Amino acid sequence: MTHAAPVEKVMTKNWANPGQNTLEGYQRSGGYTALKTALEWAPAKVIDEVKKSNLRGRGGAGFPTGLKWSFVPKDNPKPKYLAINADESEPGTAKDRFILENDPHMLLEGIAIACWALGAHTCYIYARGEFKYPSAVLDKAIAEAYAAGIFGKKLLGKDFELNVYQVRGAGAYICGEETALLESLEGKKGWPRLKPPFPAVVGLFGCPTVVNNVETIASLPPIINQGAEWFAKLGTEKSGGTRLVTLSGCVNRPGTYEVGMHTSLRDLIYADEFGQGLPAGRMVKAVIPGGSSAPVLNAAELDTKLEFEAFKPMQSMAGSGGVIVMDDTCCMVRCLWRVARFYAEESCGQCTPCREGQPWMARLLRKIEEGLGDMDDLKTLMNVAASIAPWPPIGLGNTICALGDAGALPVQSFVTKFKDDFVKHIENKGCPHGDKPWGHFGDFV
Amino acid sequence: MPEPLFTPEEQLQFDRGIDELLTHYPPDRKSAAMLPALRHLQTLKGWLPPEGMALVAQRLGTTKERAYEVATFYVMFHTEKPGRYVIDVCTNLSCALRGAEGLLTYMEQKLGTHAGTNGDKYFLRETECLASCGTAPCLQINEDHHENLNKAKVDALLEKLK
Ligand SMILES: Cc1cc2nc3c(=O)[nH]c(=O)nc-3n(C[C@H](O)[C@H](O)[C@H](O)COP(=O)(O)O)c2cc1C
Ligand code: SF4
Ligand code: FES
Repeated sequence: MTHAAPVEKVMTKNWANPGQNTLEGYQRSGGYTALKTALEWAPAKVIDEVKKSNLRGRGGAGFPTGLKWSFVPKDNPKPKYLAINADESEPGTAKDRFILENDPHMLLEGIAIACWALGAHTCYIYARGEFKYPSAVLDKAIAEAYAAGIFGKKLLGKDFELNVYQVRGAGAYICGEETALLESLEGKKGWPRLKPPFPAVVGLFGCPTVVNNVETIASLPPIINQGAEWFAKLGTEKSGGTRLVTLSGCVNRPGTYEVGMHTSLRDLIYADEFGQGLPAGRMVKAVIPGGSSAPVLNAAELDTKLEFEAFKPMQSMAGSGGVIVMDDTCCMVRCLWRVARFYAEESCGQCTPCREGQPWMARLLRKIEEGLGDMDDLKTLMNVAASIAPWPPIGLGNTICALGDAGALPVQSFVTKFKDDFVKHIENKGCPHGDKPWGHFGDFV
Repeated sequence: MPEPLFTPEEQLQFDRGIDELLTHYPPDRKSAAMLPALRHLQTLKGWLPPEGMALVAQRLGTTKERAYEVATFYVMFHTEKPGRYVIDVCTNLSCALRGAEGLLTYMEQKLGTHAGTNGDKYFLRETECLASCGTAPCLQINEDHHENLNKAKVDALLEKLK
């Protein structure tokens, strides 16, 4: 038995309460009191409080939320918008859907607080098209909020109109990228825009727009209720609060857990409260710490904390909290091929390095996996990746959006950290794992 | 005379749906409703017939080419009539580590089809991560989601598809 340091529950605190996903249930556990408080404050005070809380975006980049909000120009006469990113498509990530399913009013209250702070009268929630059930729960919650006079002409009775609409995507990972999301909200195909200008200045319909992740905005009610200092103190120096992570792959108890920013990857994988380790005899070989775009780590790097700063020295990132564990019987080439195929499928096709490079990398990996590759293929693989984004990463690569990097970094990190595996495939002219490349739990039973 | 696209009842539903959607956007941004409008059409007809896309475009004040461009960009839109049951199996990494490749083969055998082939009854496809990584492996049948799958569960699910 191993235990992790205790974590104060913030995001999941009320999930088990009966009826929590209805307005009545939400109000029973204190719902919409934070909005009442926020509406008594000046918008600038709300923004200040969010800054002080050290809340950082949970969608992938970990950008400080209060700072992002402060980029919205004050003197722009155009309407302002809030767009909620509920696209949740980063492989390995399954957390936002549980907020929508279990506590949708927590998001809606957060939306109302954010719109008040930003002076936005319209919010669109962009949910991935596959979210049939989560979207149905959310639609019901939105309707309840209108019927109760929370949304509509007068936000909770205040002279401030707020309309909230859910828009469902239709199956395209790229629409999680914030500018592709805006294009999609405008009724177009999801082709990312060149930045700058950033959405906070020129966003939806050419107007200032803040794009935030579901979990980010759902964190606002507890911040207002219990104070920015409390939230900041829960976390580490630069990352406030707790966070939701999804643990998947070769562990005994995969699932979605609320962890502290101080919780380590090792605790997440092994502690009784979380993953409960690997089956007897198995060891961790590799871990992707923040969704499949995040560069892979090896077994020596498990003591890293799950906060936003900690992965920088390893050239990786906390990303969207999707932690994927591979055991010592997994084939690294096959795992990487699977990831590469995803980015090849999902490239929007706008930039040449990404459109041509991602499928090329997937083909080379398949060739190596099947024992048909040579050392030149391995070199080509790394060259193609470098033409999309340099390694080690130095910020954004050579493409319009970060999907380019998202596909290149896994290739570069896998090949750098597990080079032996690739070389063995080439020397043995085949996969050393035969027809069992997926580790302990890889069979369908 | 070609058969009309909508029954009178469907026509009513179509118009009402579009009217409602248009209230969600600024009056000069009608074409923003494209995704929800196409979804609405697909819910009514099971797919996106070209005449239907033309109607959507007309109501949104844009061209049918624009509607088609959007429809073909997103995998959930069917610009060809799909089989009665569209079955999407996630084969991304987290699912693969929990048996997704075996699940896909099992489905191919049970349904007597190959992934990617559209048939009258089944349209089996490989799909990307469906946000069930911690409850893998998973699949969707006509957008209904099923997770933590094993052979027994799949057998029970397929029993119901008559
Ligand atoms: C290819 C790509 C896919 C993305 N997918 C998502 C997603 O599914 N959900 C999400 O919240 N952010 C996603 N992001 C990040 C968004 O662009 C954006 O940074 C985020 O929604 C901002 O919200 P936050 O500051 O609250 O994290 C993605 C980024 C890229 C480059
Ligand atoms: S990097 Fe890839 S996904 Fe992003 S805009 Fe370019 S082609 Fe599209
Ligand atoms: S990898 Fe299959 S649901 Fe995420």
